[in-house]
Amino acid sequence: MAVETKLPYDKQYVTQFSEGRGEPDWMKNFRLEALEQAENLPMPKPEKTKIDKWNFTNFTHHVSGDKVDSIDELPDEIKAFFNEDKSKNVIIQRNHSVAFSSVSETLTDKGVIFTDIQTALHEHPDLVKKYYMRDAIKVDDNRLTALHAALLNGGVFVYVPKNVVIEDPLQVVFWQEDDEAALYNHVLLVADQGSEVTYVENYISQNTEKQSVANIVTEVVALDQARVSYGAVDNFATGTTTYVNRRGVAYRDAKIEWAIGQMNDGNTISENVTNLMGDNSYAEAKAVSVGRGDQKQNFVANITHFGKFSEGYILQHGVMKDDANSIFSGIGKIEHGAMKSDAQQESRVLMLSQGARGDANPILLIDEDDVTAGHAASVGRVDPVQLYYLMSRGISKAEAERLIIHGFLNPVVEQIPIEAVRKQLTQVIERKVN
Amino acid sequence: MAASTLEIKDLHVEIEGKEILKGVNLTINGGEFHAVMGPNGTGKSTLASAIMGHPKYEVTQGKVLLDGEDVLEMEVDERAKAGLFLAMQYPSEISGVTNSDFLRSSINALRGEGNEIPLMKFIKEMDEAMDYLEIDKNMAQRYLNEGFSGGEKKRNEILQLMLLKPAIAVLDEIDSGLDIDALKVVSKGINKLRGEDFGCLIITHYQRLLDYITPDKVHVMMQGRVVKSGGPELAKRLEEEGYDWIKEELGIEDETVEQEA
Repeated sequence: MAVETKLPYDKQYVTQFSEGRGEPDWMKNFRLEALEQAENLPMPKPEKTKIDKWNFTNFTHHVSGDKVDSIDELPDEIKAFFNEDKSKNVIIQRNHSVAFSSVSETLTDKGVIFTDIQTALHEHPDLVKKYYMRDAIKVDDNRLTALHAALLNGGVFVYVPKNVVIEDPLQVVFWQEDDEAALYNHVLLVADQGSEVTYVENYISQNTEKQSVANIVTEVVALDQARVSYGAVDNFATGTTTYVNRRGVAYRDAKIEWAIGQMNDGNTISENVTNLMGDNSYAEAKAVSVGRGDQKQNFVANITHFGKFSEGYILQHGVMKDDANSIFSGIGKIEHGAMKSDAQQESRVLMLSQGARGDANPILLIDEDDVTAGHAASVGRVDPVQLYYLMSRGISKAEAERLIIHGFLNPVVEQIPIEAVRKQLTQVIERKVN
Repeated sequence: MAASTLEIKDLHVEIEGKEILKGVNLTINGGEFHAVMGPNGTGKSTLASAIMGHPKYEVTQGKVLLDGEDVLEMEVDERAKAGLFLAMQYPSEISGVTNSDFLRSSINALRGEGNEIPLMKFIKEMDEAMDYLEIDKNMAQRYLNEGFSGGEKKRNEILQLMLLKPAIAVLDEIDSGLDIDALKVVSKGINKLRGEDFGCLIITHYQRLLDYITPDKVHVMMQGRVVKSGGPELAKRLEEEGYDWIKEELGIEDETVEQEA
């Protein structure tokens, strides 16, 4: 089904926008080609979720945000993402510009690049060009990925040189302060051979009334023996329709670990795909979500094995309340030749109300004999026997339910390496489930 | 806290429409240890679950009173707050909730709002009890019962018992699946609680637990009722002679609840 998504943003607009940002010509042309492709490409087709009535067109494309000299100048709800002893490696994006950024000298001395995408296009155009929408995702994947490429207006570029190990997490907050500002955000993270990095991002908006759009693409490229740990908490308000596609490519002996808290309050399509290209590569995709109100969400976690001895582990846990509706698909795909690979997954949905709906679709697609694979899926209510056990120790029913729900969502919470972000995620969960 | 009394009067219990308990009578006073014995399938565990309020068990007749208060009218958490504790035969596994968070939540729930246990005091008490039960300290940070061996689960139940200090505890087959060393440790924990203010109902179908915990009274259950009561010597006789003599004495052919009386 074709969906009309005529945008008020045409060739002329895109040209001017790109030139206004002083982008290299290749980037301008990349955008224009993508814009042309977008017209003819189909919308994504999430399984069992109708998106034809969703808002993909009503938004403002460019809004800048004020700079601040220190994190302390930010409002409390943004400050809350940062530990008391503030990390040295931080980028805060406010609407479509950088409000604050800092990178430790230790990292810059080692050749680490941690900057906003606009600056990266100025200072490291070749490096960006080498990886941008090539390996991990293609422009013509669907209409929204093409529009993403055409209208990109924010994001971050991370490059970790060979054998550089970054101990402290890199932290980014994408703050949509303006209620109508759409976010076409791109995170490109390249971990060169033998490097290690931990990255944590938060998306936040407060547009409960006004409509907007978030179109987010993340690309993680883990070259041979690199290790990337990627934590994310999405928390767009009811007014934002979100399309978020996080992609990873792991080469030989590389490891990518995703921990994603999907806490949006608006309609959401979320895709997380990791391609295990190299032999002995490893991916872990853990995602938890809470649905409430009448929001509709579709989550796909896919790990595709190309390399031999590759290992993939998917975990999706969702809590649904009110009239929320969510579809969870876990896809473990083993390509021919990916011998001795192991694809495991677990999808569980906990329903807290009569009106809520949740589907767990475990899918194994296996084109190789010499492999192991497994899946577990369940959809149900809070186990009365678990409640009984906790209550038999004096814990009230409400508190027992709270403990069980938090425990159920803990696989992602415990993986978030920044204490403040972990706390904030726990608070968001608390707010959403009560 | 003065000693409590648990009275079970003519208790009838069904599970999924089938009657398991057919009129149980028992009284446990603070300071007393009672053992309920009997072969499998005679309703012992049903008695434990019904006292605590397991959602699958329906009480159709009779009363359970704790110091005169009707326990059966209480929610499960209120029963715990009133002073009851059940060490379960099959404790639930709760993923993502650490043992120590759970223990602290339980202690605080029992102490009540505004009277929460200070964190350091909690840690000290937990550590001491874990040492006493020879439990590996990392069990505090493991998820509640998840991946615990049978023995670890039992020790963890007794750890909770020691920290929550109930007035009356029911121990449901706390000895099953334990090797002799674990059995000794678990018994040591239970014996430590012995005192005027603590009453205990020990459910077992092995006499060997009673080698380490001497009961004041022993009851035998068959066909969903207490059919015989006596002192510690009754347990000894059961160990030596089995249950057949009781069946003969009472004219029982099939001791399980399957048998309609």
